[in-house]
Amino acid sequence: MTSSPRPFWPPLVAGAALGIALLISFLITGHGLGASGFVTRLSAQISGWLAPDLTTANAYFGPFLTAGAPLASWITWEVIGVLIGGYVGARTAGRSRLMVERGPQASVGQRFAFAFIGGALVGIGGRLARGCTSGLGLSGGATLAVAGFVFLAGFFIAGFVVSALVRRAWQ
Amino acid sequence: MSVPFYDSGVASGLLSGILFGYVLEAAGFGSARKLTGQFSLKDWSVFKVMFTAVLVAAVGLYLLRLGGMIAGNSVYIPTLYLWAMAAGGLLIGAGFAMGGYCPGTSLVGIVSGRVDAVVFVVGMIVGTMAFAGVYEPIQGFYFAAKGPDAQRLPDLLGLPEWLILAVLIVVAIAGFVLGSRLERARGGPFTAEDVNGEDTSKAKNQNTTFNTEAGIVP
Repeated sequence: MTSSPRPFWPPLVAGAALGIALLISFLITGHGLGASGFVTRLSAQISGWLAPDLTTANAYFGPFLTAGAPLASWITWEVIGVLIGGYVGARTAGRSRLMVERGPQASVGQRFAFAFIGGALVGIGGRLARGCTSGLGLSGGATLAVAGFVFLAGFFIAGFVVSALVRRAWQ
Repeated sequence: MSVPFYDSGVASGLLSGILFGYVLEAAGFGSARKLTGQFSLKDWSVFKVMFTAVLVAAVGLYLLRLGGMIAGNSVYIPTLYLWAMAAGGLLIGAGFAMGGYCPGTSLVGIVSGRVDAVVFVVGMIVGTMAFAGVYEPIQGFYFAAKGPDAQRLPDLLGLPEWLILAVLIVVAIAGFVLGSRLERARGGPFTAEDVNGEDTSKAKNQNTTFNTEAGIVP
């Protein structure tokens, strides 16, 4: 009957745990963690189902299809793991609830529009950058790669600027 | 026994992913409000958690290399393509501020019950397809200003790795101190109750006494 969710981990604890998880991934696989690579493969696969000829002819998606099943990859299993780990964590801590998360003044319609547009920008950005916050920012940053820090600089600069422009959506 | 194992199998993927997802959720990163709180400066968890994780892993890799456990070039290091990566970082920052997630956290959002995270993922798929559609004409930009292969900060700056790690640790500590100060000034950070509990009006009404259990003392 406990209705209140368990508190989040303190940032220092969560950060240290995330760093150890990342280190384990490096030691097992030789590379870090990711997420957008899966989205790319999923998009190539969906595109292949919808328009096989067009997708095979496409310079970006084509190689994923001609190489075989786009989703047959380590990153697919990693993403399935993320879904399992996140689900178990949220359920066991009472932090799982069906909702449309939005600012107090935002309508559901506006929230969905922003989520879609934001997702599309992230989809394009992830392909341009060849990775996302996990693959480039976190994993690249941990190897002290210049690429990781260039990405993080762009991420934080645009985050602050755009956040100021869409402040009403969250407050 | 030599590490890394370069194991790209099912168990390797599942183990890495389960740890990743569990920790992201525990950090509160399944919540769009907590994530975007970084950019209104009310909640510094994104900075704190990411910076701590980067440093723990970076120092770990450094010590393992120093101790001869792993070779110098044994882990994957991304190569810089300056313009595309800067532009991609800007777009992901912008999309994060609007949409509330990045790719990894949107997955955690979905399994935390966030319908908006599902919409975000649909947007990502559409955006990825749009990129594939314009890939050929923008290839020049995509490959422009390539840096040296697998270049790292110690190579770029000509400084020893321990010094760079030490500077980053100082920056992280400064960020923690400044961030915590700003969080307090703005009534943050978001708690699990803040982002999971608002339709529990029942629970709120039961709190006829003051919020003693949350320890919200002015």
